[in-house]
Amino acid sequence: MRLDLTHIQRWIAPGSRVLDLGCADGEFLQTLRDQRQVRGTGIEIDQADINSAIGRGLNIIEQDMDKGLANFPDQSFDTVVLAHALQAVHYPDRVLEEMLRIGRQGIVTFPNFGHWRCRLFLGARGRMPVSSFMPHTWYNTPNIHFCTVHDFEALCSERGIRILARDVVGNTEREPMLANAWPNLFATTAIYHITR
Amino acid sequence: MSANFDSHSIGIVTPQVARFDDPLMLACGRELPNYELTYETYGELNHDNSNAVLICHALSGHHHAAGYHSEEDRKPGWWNECIGPGKPIDTNQFFVVSANNIGGCHGSTGPASINPATGKAWGPDFPSLRARDWVNSQARLADRLGIDCWAAVIGGSLGGMQAMRWSLEYPDRLKHCIVIAAAMKLSAQNLAFNELARQAIVSDPAFEDGNYIYKGAVPGQGLALARMVGHITYLSDEAMANKFGRELRSGSFEMGDEDNIEFQVQSYLRHQGSQFSGNFDANTYILMTRALDYFDLAREYQHDPVKAFSNANCSFFVASFSTDWRFAPARSREIVNALIAADRPVTYTEIEADEGHDAFLMPIPRYLEAFSAYMKRVGES
Repeated sequence: MRLDLTHIQRWIAPGSRVLDLGCADGEFLQTLRDQRQVRGTGIEIDQADINSAIGRGLNIIEQDMDKGLANFPDQSFDTVVLAHALQAVHYPDRVLEEMLRIGRQGIVTFPNFGHWRCRLFLGARGRMPVSSFMPHTWYNTPNIHFCTVHDFEALCSERGIRILARDVVGNTEREPMLANAWPNLFATTAIYHITR
Repeated sequence: MSANFDSHSIGIVTPQVARFDDPLMLACGRELPNYELTYETYGELNHDNSNAVLICHALSGHHHAAGYHSEEDRKPGWWNECIGPGKPIDTNQFFVVSANNIGGCHGSTGPASINPATGKAWGPDFPSLRARDWVNSQARLADRLGIDCWAAVIGGSLGGMQAMRWSLEYPDRLKHCIVIAAAMKLSAQNLAFNELARQAIVSDPAFEDGNYIYKGAVPGQGLALARMVGHITYLSDEAMANKFGRELRSGSFEMGDEDNIEFQVQSYLRHQGSQFSGNFDANTYILMTRALDYFDLAREYQHDPVKAFSNANCSFFVASFSTDWRFAPARSREIVNALIAADRPVTYTEIEADEGHDAFLMPIPRYLEAFSAYMKRVGES
């Protein structure tokens, strides 16, 4: 499982209700169900992923979150997860607001565009970064709203969203320490536990 | 099994009849003194009777959902694409029960059956029915077969509506409810098409207010027209374009040619109409379309579908098709949203398909894959 997903499990209480926005093939929800008896629901738009998630016995709703999440009642989940999808939605701020309307708490992970490699790539070459971690070219990418650790925290403060905890994933085994100290420069993936 | 049947066919199947002599109280307030259900079963019931699934048919459907009735049978049952060994409703795993609804005309008690009170066919006096009457009549069949709880109740279109009714009327008698290309109630447009179909039948002079049955007559013209209207609503614009386009069946547009021009789509509709009028009872068609019209899942729950579904205990699988305009994806999303709000487990998928409402009968790979994946879950629970 992707590292950010391993990291966030500890914030999810056993037996709680989880909504996973953009749940891909449902591996994470299945782990939560099997190891933490979580009652999960996923939403996804990729058809192959949906079929895989159904095959895992999960409750999956085919739904495009860019068209809204109004069908989920207020405070109907304990936790709403948005893992590696913030940068791919049309209105990240609205999705964040919706997450905290639907759930008591939210968990967000996203690739940090402030990472030194991105800066170096852009600064030195003057081109949008392409790497094994961000493999898409600028004109053909699902990622339309890249942001940095500082950008995200500024948005949270602007919208009155409380950050309960921050975690990071570094690039190499050496980097987590650096990433914890200077996340905007060294975190490849930023992880936030948020609430109202 | 004949060499003509593929390895994923269940081969030859034989209908059975279950007779019930206890009166059945109907939603309309009348009572059916006794009734028969014609049904088929596929696969084997397991030792603890936990692998039974019930198939609910659509408007003009019947019990013959899969397999063939004889070696010479040209066409298999109506849902043969989805029922059989290795298919979504896998007969190696499930015991499948498929019954003709009462009010039908394929063996179960209906307007063409004898009314014990008069010794004559019921005809137009057959009591009007609601989906819940079908559900109640089927619950007795389940009792008879020793099935306390269905692993799943499954239906497409009107069958999907009936499956939802099952989940509310007998919440502890099904574990999964599978609702394909359905709606919680008809739209005004749906009602309008049904009225058009009924008007086609009642305005056929041979119909005689439904009394044709006593005169050995058949309002064939009306039935055919009703079916043609129905067929147009089952197909999408895309499906019709792909299947027929503007191709001609006969004649040509050559200058100087006065031959009658017939488009392929005309010929198709006429063929469907005339076939249907030869083997469907007009009183049944009127009764079934009315039952469809009157269906409103949440009526007795203060018109609140969330309240309605709060009574269900099962998990739901809902599927719709992108070009279905009879029961559009938006209608299925209403079902899903009510289930979400009622905190019921639900899985929903919207299949890209050109085939319109009829897509639920078709072997569309992604549909069959999603359906199979869900049925695997049904088998495991």
